[in-house]
Amino acid sequence: MAELSVDLVATDRKVWSGTARQVSAPSVDGQIGILANHTPVLAVLRAGTVSVTGTDGPAVEVHVSGGFVSVDDNLVTIVADDITPLSGTESHLA
Amino acid sequence: MAGGSQRVYRQRIKSTQSLKKMFRAQELIAASRIGKARARTAAATPYAQAITRAVSAVATHTSVEHPLTRPRVDTDRVAVLVVASDRGMAGSYSAAIIREAERLLERLAADGKQVDLYVAGRRAVTYYRYRNRQIAGQWSYGSDNPTPEVADEIATTLLDAFMAPAAEGGVGELHVVYTQFVNMVTQRPRVVRMLPLEVVEGVSEPAGTQPLYDFEPSPEEVLDALLPRYVRSRIFSFLLEAAASELASRQRAMHTATDNAEDLIRTYTRLANQARQADITQEISEIVSGADALAASA
Repeated sequence: MAELSVDLVATDRKVWSGTARQVSAPSVDGQIGILANHTPVLAVLRAGTVSVTGTDGPAVEVHVSGGFVSVDDNLVTIVADDITPLSGTESHLA
Repeated sequence: MAGGSQRVYRQRIKSTQSLKKMFRAQELIAASRIGKARARTAAATPYAQAITRAVSAVATHTSVEHPLTRPRVDTDRVAVLVVASDRGMAGSYSAAIIREAERLLERLAADGKQVDLYVAGRRAVTYYRYRNRQIAGQWSYGSDNPTPEVADEIATTLLDAFMAPAAEGGVGELHVVYTQFVNMVTQRPRVVRMLPLEVVEGVSEPAGTQPLYDFEPSPEEVLDALLPRYVRSRIFSFLLEAAASELASRQRAMHTATDNAEDLIRTYTRLANQARQADITQEISEIVSGADALAASA
């Protein structure tokens, strides 16, 4: 099965990067869920929690202060002004 | 008296030695911070790339107009942001950036523009204040270690100025003068026109079928969220590059200063030795001539 490759990027650093089965993010008018082979989308995010269900290791949860998410060809990029890790990011930190 | 000149030389050697120690320390500090500054530049790159990709995606897939990309014709005010350093001891770093800025200001004035000057870095602020130039905004933020917050503040001020109506002093263009970090030995002052935005870089046409983007909630609102972030990230990367350049210039300048101090110490040591020799020679000849005089009179 295809998987998503996910990048979590804050203004001054890359917070997390890896593969995932599912990504869920707070878009401005609801929650946006992304599975593999999602149609290309560019969505604005509000403040809230982004959760990434990884293919290996535990789920990653971070709090974002607003930003956007782009999906293109199973490449998910979550860009936020400020990212506060809640859980699961430590194991993948470079 | 010859002994006096010896003392003077010794004194100069001592003071040059302590100066040399300071230069050396500054050089080492700058050297250790460059690595950090470059790492920060590298760390900020993924964000800048992601934003640029997203902006060019919007630009290729829609034909939405946005205030930030539209040239303004209703005003001939332009904003210029000069990024210099807070401290000296960096050779010609600040002088070079100010010279480049002056050239830009002249060009803009020749085009009949009115310039609003925004200055980052204490050295440039004092330069312009001393010459009684109007400064529209200034920041001294620790130019060798810029934070995203400072970049945010600068970007917000400038974006507000760009979005403001002409009657309230809105500006029609934004130019940034900063120092580009090419590598450790080459840093170049550079002028970039930041606003209105021209999004051309990184536009990649996917092979075969072009993916149709969904924009949530709408292309306009996505652009609204993206473009200010794009400007912010660009300004942040300018500040970071300027910081790396400043530290590289400082390291180089302090290295030269250390070398010069060593040269001076060598010269003074030679002079001091010469003076000592002269003293000794004179003393001997005095003794000898005194003894001769005694022997002659005896």
